[in-house]
Amino acid sequence: MIAVGTTDPTASAHAVLISRLLASDPSALGGVVLRGPAGPVRDSWLSMFCRFLPSDKPLIKVPHHVANDRLLGGLDVAATLSSGKVISERGLFTHVKNGFLQLLSSERFAPDKASYLSAALDDDASRRFGVIACDEGIEDDERTPSILTERMAFQIDLNACVPFDDIDADDVSDIAPQASRLPVSDGLLLALSGTAIRLGILSVRPVLFAARVAQLIAALERTDAVDEDHAKLAASLVLSHRARFLPTSDHEDEQYETPPPPSDEPLPEEEQEPSTPTEGELAEVILEAVRAALPPGLLEKLDHASLIQKAAKSGAGSMSQKAGKMRGRPAGTRRGDPRQGSRLNLIETLRTAAPWQNLRRRAQPGRTGVIVSKEDFRVNRYKQKRETTAIFVVDASGSAAIRRMAEAKGAVEYILADCYVRRDRVALIAFRGKTAEVLLPPTRSLQRARRSLADLPGGGGTPLPAAIDSAIIVAEQVRRGGGTPIIVFLTDGRANITRDGTADRAKASTESEEAAKALRLTGIQALMIDLSEHRDGAARKLAQAMGGIHLPLPYADAARISQNVSLAMKADRGAR
Amino acid sequence: MSVRFPFSAIAGQDELKLALLLTAVDPMIGGLLALGDRGTGKSTAVRALAALLPDIKATTCAYHCDPAAPQTMCDTCRADAKPKTRNIQIPVVDLPLGATEDRVIGALNLERALSHGEKAFEPGLLAAANRGYLYVDEVNLLEDHIVDLLLDVAASGENVVEREGLSIRHPARFVLVGSGNPEEGELRPQLLDRFGLSVDVRTPADVGIWVEIVKRRLTYEADPQGFVDQWAESEIALQKKLVAGRKRLTNVTTPDSVMQRAAELCIHLKTDGIRGQLTLMRVTRALAAYEGKSTVTEDHLKRMAGPALRHRLRRNPLDEAGSGTRIDRAVAEVFGA
Repeated sequence: MIAVGTTDPTASAHAVLISRLLASDPSALGGVVLRGPAGPVRDSWLSMFCRFLPSDKPLIKVPHHVANDRLLGGLDVAATLSSGKVISERGLFTHVKNGFLQLLSSERFAPDKASYLSAALDDDASRRFGVIACDEGIEDDERTPSILTERMAFQIDLNACVPFDDIDADDVSDIAPQASRLPVSDGLLLALSGTAIRLGILSVRPVLFAARVAQLIAALERTDAVDEDHAKLAASLVLSHRARFLPTSDHEDEQYETPPPPSDEPLPEEEQEPSTPTEGELAEVILEAVRAALPPGLLEKLDHASLIQKAAKSGAGSMSQKAGKMRGRPAGTRRGDPRQGSRLNLIETLRTAAPWQNLRRRAQPGRTGVIVSKEDFRVNRYKQKRETTAIFVVDASGSAAIRRMAEAKGAVEYILADCYVRRDRVALIAFRGKTAEVLLPPTRSLQRARRSLADLPGGGGTPLPAAIDSAIIVAEQVRRGGGTPIIVFLTDGRANITRDGTADRAKASTESEEAAKALRLTGIQALMIDLSEHRDGAARKLAQAMGGIHLPLPYADAARISQNVSLAMKADRGAR
Repeated sequence: MSVRFPFSAIAGQDELKLALLLTAVDPMIGGLLALGDRGTGKSTAVRALAALLPDIKATTCAYHCDPAAPQTMCDTCRADAKPKTRNIQIPVVDLPLGATEDRVIGALNLERALSHGEKAFEPGLLAAANRGYLYVDEVNLLEDHIVDLLLDVAASGENVVEREGLSIRHPARFVLVGSGNPEEGELRPQLLDRFGLSVDVRTPADVGIWVEIVKRRLTYEADPQGFVDQWAESEIALQKKLVAGRKRLTNVTTPDSVMQRAAELCIHLKTDGIRGQLTLMRVTRALAAYEGKSTVTEDHLKRMAGPALRHRLRRNPLDEAGSGTRIDRAVAEVFGA
């Protein structure tokens, strides 16, 4: 996150412009994510926005725990009970007509609510509202659900802004229809699309937003054509915060080395060929504008963020949470029998029984009090986070590794201490001579782990392919048992023993490459701690092949390694 | 009345559009899975398809039964000798993530229970989707038991409700369209296999198509009605082609030699079970019908092998080539021989 104090006048100016743009055309732009803490900056932005917003368009607050009924409409239980008649309530989606929903703590919106919202935003026919998402997330993995942000044009980083002054709001109600009349030239559209592709944006939606924003900006300026400057500004407002990489940046920082995006995505290089030079220049100019809008230091964060995202994704969506009966975080209620080891949720049970009371009294005259029958019982559901298992694969061969063995052991011990704090499990695989051996199956006993590591002898060949294979097998076992595995390799990556135990350097390295690719396909997180002196040697190639993080030991101390393991684990856990 | 973005105005995504049209020609193909990037027009295409299809005649019950096919009607309509009918647009029902079983299959109607003290059934999303499309965005993130339930009902065409003292069965024939981004979670192979077709929806590689998409969208948003009018002609042409395809469907024959080839292809690819081959036969027939042919040819087979089979391949961790490549290779080998 951007440190307090690094405010940016451009960001504030952009924020003002965004509020005018949104107010002028709520339905086409989807909305804005206000990322940052509650405070004067956010309040002043909101009050400014309300001044721009025509009075017939409401701004309705929606807490993250809003009931689905309230969003979609449904039975109003309280009113129904008190009046004895069925009273249904209108959902917020119909209520908000032409206005805005303000999502409070939008980073905490559950996937189901986010998907109701995004479906409503998606529907050409009924969509007539926008969303202001107040995102108070601090960590990189606390974010507004991406299915929502995908459908919202803007993002404002409140930390980069200063409180907004009271400015006189001009009337923007006629902007939208006027903007629709302004043509956007093919050249500009091509430049916007090209820019998006070069920034690694794989969705057409942002380009649509950018084009619309360019129109609106031109209309706000009361000009009669959309020109390059409008497109530039639109691109920096809409595209810059979605950038996944910048094409011409130099990667100085190799600490967080991430593999290139998976190869099944269309490669940007192929599409960079602009058909005419002028359009190419235009794209260049727009790209420059986007880059200028990026806060300094964001580049490393981009890499960092993609690392987190990748790790989070390997959690296989909802699969990374396991619904259990008793443990974990409460996740709603369901019908059930409280005698079968679940906990009764009294309030929900009463709520279920409530509408039936009149009827039941009639059926059982003479009974007093609330009549609850078996089918009313509601029991709590819990979601349990998966347990993480760190699988260490340690190179104990006689090659370069042996000299650094002590360091490697130090690093592992450091991680073990961390694992203990989090109650993670660990497993240990060592490889030397002709085979890899599972020294320690997944266990919570860190004492044992430490001991077997300390007793580890060194020397012999490097049967790396076999080691990767065993690591995959153990990781799959962990996964089947409901846990989340993460594999930590400590090796120099120079394999010289093949799977069948013969000494053949060339074949062994092909085999380890194959095994690494197989590991990548399993989607299991991997971390390669490189024991070699050459930072771009075999280990790095392997890390790339397995889609993992590469961490050269000479440049990292034990604490940093541990930090990276924690990071990968946290990302895994943060998976929704 | 709302104005939908016209189907024929969707730029790019040819495979998705064709697959959708074929499910409209023959709903028995059994569902469509669209996997790929966000913001590629999946939901636009599904909604536009419903608007493209001709209106259907339906009874006034909650399941909008087909008056022309008594065997598929609900009990009430069947009991009625001459049920009232009306014309409706093909329903497209959205199933959101986190939808409860109650909402999907239906539950006891509280209103009726309270005010009249009677046990009545409140139809759920499955009832609403009867004879139309049930669209699930992010199907890969949907709870497994709901996906199971959907696929069961989609295959049997009937929703059986046994809960809260209700015992109801009603028709629920719909085409299940699921979309999702595989990077965010995968479907179990058992579930994958039960989708008829699967298409990869990728962001268009050609910048020209991006520009076209944005241009059309801007024009549409500036003046929806005008845009729809402008495309009306091609919409009608497409609708005619579709309707003609449906009529022709029963008359399309598949020669034994083509069937033989299809079997060889499935064996070659080691697809699990027979469902792949069945789907391949169905979808090639639909394609032939849609294109105005009376016999299925090997060319149809080649074109449909991807969508019908790609999600049914056993995954080989050492083969990094995508399933598409493997199918291409198999097609080349089987037909080249």
